[in-house]
Amino acid sequence: MTPDLECTSLTKQFGETTAVQDVSFSVQPGSFFSILGPSGCGKTTIMRMIAGFLEPTSGDILIKGNSVLDVAPNKRPVNMVFQHLALFPMMNIADNIGYGLRRAGLPRAEITRKVGEVLERIGLPDVGQRKVDELSGGQKQRIAIARCMVLEPDVLLLDEPLGALDLKLREHMKIELKALQAAFDTTFVYITHDQSEALVMSDQIAVMNEGRFEQLGTARELYYRPQTSFVAGFVGDANRWTGKIERVDGEELEMRTDSGLLMKGARHGRALSAGDQAEVFVRPEAIKLAKNSGDLAAFDNQITGTVQNVLFNGAASRIMVHAANGAGQIEVALPQSGEFSHTAKGEEVHIGWTAEQGNCFAWGGV
Amino acid sequence: MGGRVVRTEARLGFILLLTPLVLWLSLLIVIPHIDMFLVSLRERVGVRQYQTSLANYMTFLGEPLYLWTFLRTAVMSVLATAITLLIAFPVSYYIAKMVKGRLQAALFLLCLVPFWVSELVRTFGWMILLRETGVFSNLLQWAGLVDGPVEMLYNDAAIMVGLVYTSMLFMVVPLVTTLESLDDSVIEAGYDLGGSGPSILREIVIPHAMPGIVSGSIVVFMLSLGNYLTPRILGGKDSLWFTELIYSQFIVRFNWELGAAFGFMLLFLSSAIVWAVLRMTGQTLEKTMG
Repeated sequence: MTPDLECTSLTKQFGETTAVQDVSFSVQPGSFFSILGPSGCGKTTIMRMIAGFLEPTSGDILIKGNSVLDVAPNKRPVNMVFQHLALFPMMNIADNIGYGLRRAGLPRAEITRKVGEVLERIGLPDVGQRKVDELSGGQKQRIAIARCMVLEPDVLLLDEPLGALDLKLREHMKIELKALQAAFDTTFVYITHDQSEALVMSDQIAVMNEGRFEQLGTARELYYRPQTSFVAGFVGDANRWTGKIERVDGEELEMRTDSGLLMKGARHGRALSAGDQAEVFVRPEAIKLAKNSGDLAAFDNQITGTVQNVLFNGAASRIMVHAANGAGQIEVALPQSGEFSHTAKGEEVHIGWTAEQGNCFAWGGV
Repeated sequence: MGGRVVRTEARLGFILLLTPLVLWLSLLIVIPHIDMFLVSLRERVGVRQYQTSLANYMTFLGEPLYLWTFLRTAVMSVLATAITLLIAFPVSYYIAKMVKGRLQAALFLLCLVPFWVSELVRTFGWMILLRETGVFSNLLQWAGLVDGPVEMLYNDAAIMVGLVYTSMLFMVVPLVTTLESLDDSVIEAGYDLGGSGPSILREIVIPHAMPGIVSGSIVVFMLSLGNYLTPRILGGKDSLWFTELIYSQFIVRFNWELGAAFGFMLLFLSSAIVWAVLRMTGQTLEKTMG
């Protein structure tokens, strides 16, 4: 199947600085593709190149198999939902949505019909005559999407559209966006710096850093099998130690941390050998918490420590454990089974994790 | 008790702040206008003998030269406003949207530079350029396009040039301000949704800039209508401006009664035209001045 969108060796330079470097990816029809990265990583530059507002220094952009490099932004079969939505404040909602149709020269009756249909579809059938600033944040969001979708683009680009919303609404819009994408059955390309937005909504996620793609995969792959230390640190939370590899045995290895502690980890197919500088990432939720050390016999790494702080945050509660053996401060997820709900500051706890959960990467030493 | 003290103090502050404004308005605008209006309603029937009548306004309506000058001044001012807008809009768009940073500030400053010299000197500048022995005339002769010296002064075109030049800044400032407040992504969204340059200008940029266009136009129109120096110096004997009539009644003829009536007709004219423009464009004074 021809991908809806394909970028090959896309590169963009602004003077001396390279904003996007040799990025290639393809997006299958009807899928939700996200580019996740910290601000300034070049994700907006990619999006603006696809929309046609920037010209790539080299590389190609193909939509449904045809190069669009020579196509002006107002002729490309892609539409964009802007970061601040960019609804036209001088027009009412119906005129906003009808703008693209009017420009395409459709007869008036058909424009009215199509605008009505799309308003129906986004669940706001009666707002056509309202002004833009009479709508709530979430409604504006849906109007911005409807304004693009009414043109039936091959690809819809979304540039952090949830950034301006408050937390509760953002959580709600995540689900709604995914539902809208399924309803319209259109390819969405979504860029964000918020990992939970990307993880929840996407079929495929590309993690981007300093102009390059670090890893491209499903949410699960990124979370459980990060391929680079950047991904391990950026997607989800992690405890991190640096040190030197002492022994490698198949996939498993032993690493001596800078504070002298021996830890067991796994290389998950990465080239690591004894003597290499390395870093290991362990997720707070991968660490088992126990009242006595006997419960942890099955775990490769076992540490005893005292609770230094309880960070209560409902389902995402954590405790900070100060390790007795010099491993420093370790963040551990609090199980929600109730067993540890009364854990208090100063209490002694035992923690442990398997070697497989310790993701090891070679480290340049910064 | 405490609350009352605070309220009294706040009230005192309010009065202190308001006093200069009230003094300014009443002493310089309201009182002179009331007096002017009373003077305009006076008819001299003998030495130091007056009676109240509309005779002065009747004189105005009965004399074709007055009416003709009145109409000409209005049409020329509207035309000057339109030309100023046509020239200032692309300039403002360029300053507000196409350039950034220091260049933007520098270009804005360049619009201001002509106002560092007095209007009189600026107008004399145009005389040096346009007169029979002036720069343009010599240039045309040198290029062989004309046989003899050309007089470009003392006609309506010269007045128009002077008025537009004097008014530019007052159009550019409100336009730049409103255009700057238009988010770039709104224009980009227009392109993204299939809009072309002209359609985005018509449907997005101009509607957004409307308050600036209207407020700039009002200021430029008022300045042109009430201008005295430019029509006086650059215009000829056939290019009479209504302010010149007022001047001659007050200063030359000592006919304050008719002069006052003329003044009120001018005030009425400018108010009527501004009101009509606001109605036509669907704007309100609050929207354009806020």
